[in-house]
Amino acid sequence: MSARFLPLLATCAIFVAAYALAWMQYPNILSTRVMGNLLTDNAYLGIAAVGMTIVILSGGIDLSIGSVIAFSGVFIAVMLRDTGLHPLAVFALLLALTTAFGLCMGALIHALEMPAFIVTLAGMFMARGLAYVLSIDSVPIDDPFFDALSSSYYLLPGKGRFTLIAGIMLLVVLAGSLLIHRTPFGTRVLAIGGDARTAGLLGVPVARTIVAVYGISGFCAGLAGIVFAIYTSAGYSLATVGTELDAIAAVVIGGTLLTGGSGTVPGTLVGVLIMGLIQTYIVFDGTLSSWWTRIVIGALLFVFIVLQKGLLRIAAGTARG
Amino acid sequence: MTRLLEARGLTKLFPGTKALDGVDFDLDRGEVHALLGENGAGKSTLIKCLTGAYRRDGGTVTLDGAQIDPRTTADAQRLGIGTVYQEVNLLPNLTVAENLLIGRQPVRGGMLGRGMFGGGMIRGGAQARAAADLLAGYGLAIDVTKPLAAYSVAVQQIVAIARAVALSGKVLILDEPTASLDAREVEGLFRTIRDLRGRGLAVVFISHFLDQVYAIADRVTVLRNGRNAGSARAADLDRLSLVRMMLGHDLHAVDGARARPVPADAPVAAAFEGFGRRGAVAPFSLAVRRGEAVGLAGLLGSGRTETAETIFGITPHDSGTARAAGRPAALRNPREAIRAGFGFCPEDRKTDGIVGELTVRENILLALQARRGWSRPVPRAEQGRIAADYIRRLDIRTPSAEKPVGQLSGGNQQKVILARWLLMNPDFLILDEPTRGIDVGAHAEIIRVIEELCARGMSLLVISSELEELSGYAHRVLVLRDRAQVAELVGEDVAADRIVQAIAATPAQVGGAA
Repeated sequence: MSARFLPLLATCAIFVAAYALAWMQYPNILSTRVMGNLLTDNAYLGIAAVGMTIVILSGGIDLSIGSVIAFSGVFIAVMLRDTGLHPLAVFALLLALTTAFGLCMGALIHALEMPAFIVTLAGMFMARGLAYVLSIDSVPIDDPFFDALSSSYYLLPGKGRFTLIAGIMLLVVLAGSLLIHRTPFGTRVLAIGGDARTAGLLGVPVARTIVAVYGISGFCAGLAGIVFAIYTSAGYSLATVGTELDAIAAVVIGGTLLTGGSGTVPGTLVGVLIMGLIQTYIVFDGTLSSWWTRIVIGALLFVFIVLQKGLLRIAAGTARG
Repeated sequence: MTRLLEARGLTKLFPGTKALDGVDFDLDRGEVHALLGENGAGKSTLIKCLTGAYRRDGGTVTLDGAQIDPRTTADAQRLGIGTVYQEVNLLPNLTVAENLLIGRQPVRGGMLGRGMFGGGMIRGGAQARAAADLLAGYGLAIDVTKPLAAYSVAVQQIVAIARAVALSGKVLILDEPTASLDAREVEGLFRTIRDLRGRGLAVVFISHFLDQVYAIADRVTVLRNGRNAGSARAADLDRLSLVRMMLGHDLHAVDGARARPVPADAPVAAAFEGFGRRGAVAPFSLAVRRGEAVGLAGLLGSGRTETAETIFGITPHDSGTARAAGRPAALRNPREAIRAGFGFCPEDRKTDGIVGELTVRENILLALQARRGWSRPVPRAEQGRIAADYIRRLDIRTPSAEKPVGQLSGGNQQKVILARWLLMNPDFLILDEPTRGIDVGAHAEIIRVIEELCARGMSLLVISSELEELSGYAHRVLVLRDRAQVAELVGEDVAADRIVQAIAATPAQVGGAA
């Protein structure tokens, strides 16, 4: 096992330890029902976080995804309400839109040599604004095909439900993992995240890769929007405010270096699950304010930042030895 | 031997300067060709033109008889020209194998678009085997699945060379490859270079360690001020001639004017006793009288700038004592040096000296304002008067005191920095390469200013590679080699030719990378 997967191991260890702790207090937490819900409730976040992982690995950031998810929900709801299009056609249209949106941001970041932070911040405002333009109110989705999607699940032993959207999320994690860790494209992303100038000197097509990375993030945000719409059966322009920050937190807790170049996609899934587990624990407890989730996640983030610094020190130490 | 690469009349222009002016350079198959020159001679510009990092503005380059015009480093790599830089240009966060094979990783399948995603899944095993085989050719057996950061710089350098040779295979350019290696690692690198030469590669070796050049190079080409200063077989070129070539001293040039001697009873402005810093400057002793200009000569890397930075407290001394105007001076940081009445105009004015966006007036007043503290601003009218005064006295060519300094020519920028320090009225002023990178006409003006300052009783320590000029205005010249003072030339000996001899005398031990 190379040093590259050390943070992933640490994340997994923390997840298992946290689950064990919660299980000792509330034995019910170790059931397929809770596990199924954990996956379902965090499906949209997991999908968005995969896109965010790829962006962060390339040394960038994408602040637009929360707004894009909200826009997607409103777009789907309004389209299904006002046009006769089949949901699948609406999904295809939406994914094309959000992917193009991501590609445009990537092109701007590269062409104008602007920080990704500011470009995607502009994207965040634009997507949120577009959602408001489509509808200020929450738009319910009433479509038989849609209902079928949201109620399709595989019954696990123990009455747990493995839902469609949980499956989509796991597929996205799998695809993202293969893309980053098993294709030349992934190596390019890591190379650019390590040092874009050096990557260019080694012959990596930096421009193309950066634009593609933001396109992938846009696609993931759109898909997360679809999943979120299925999950809530509505589109609301005020939804998922700050989801980009949750995604960033999940990525960092998952062991990815915020400065890019090092990290794993599966780690992000574990990061999402840790955040979901804390939420579940608080629900089980019943007396704690849900804001405790934020406090624990904040503390965990600090721990991971310190852990990453430590790992970097160790890596630097072995290089000298 | 057969000609592999031929560059003719290479020219590269930068705003305000001609970095390369009709440079010729050629390479034979199976030779190690050293490229030498002082800072700003055009070495790195030449390399960058060959490797596609810059595009040349004139001249031709032929490789294997065909004209080439690489637009990017990737272009040059494909054509057969690979480069390894001093600060190894690989990615420490990737594995050794990925670093070696990025851009041509073995893949299976083709389910994803070839161009965008690289054609399919990486065959991890095949990648590791290919990388290990590649390194085996260099006698390196390491775990290629570990991140590059896990290995020493020497190993990283071999990996970089292996990558460059595997990709390019005709020309290998090594830019200061020995700078961060110890003697044993240098020997290992040289074995690799000789081996590559045996395989018919042409190796360009850039270094300022002359011993290493003589140890490895077959031929030597020297650049100076963006032009060819000479080219010869290493065996036919003695050290003295080589140093002469680098510093550009013509033997037939008659030494011109001499500085008038300083009266022996002139008070000492700055004195240093056993002053030094481990690893930067060997302890030296020096007393500079009022009105005296002391020159500091030596090749690149000999410790000239380090001496200046140690005196000025940028890299504080760890041995010896200093006195300024007879009183002990601490010199632990630039503030204390300024308080002791010292001033320092650094070599690289672009990064260390001027603030390009600020106006001429603001740049001139920077140091004075810093000394007064921000709570006591210099009144605006006073600022204008001071700026106008120095613009006139130093003949700074600017349409107005309110023009951003970045828009002036190099010579005038240099004068603005000089003005900044003169305004502080220092007793002892250090000038690091005051005439570098400015056009020839402006040299004379800077020299005139230096002479005037001496006449007014200021003490100067001037670092310069322009030995002709230096011997014209300096009263004394100290010669540095390998970070230690090796000679002090006074009176009749202050002559370019004597300086060159002092620099070239008694070679240090071979392989001296330390």
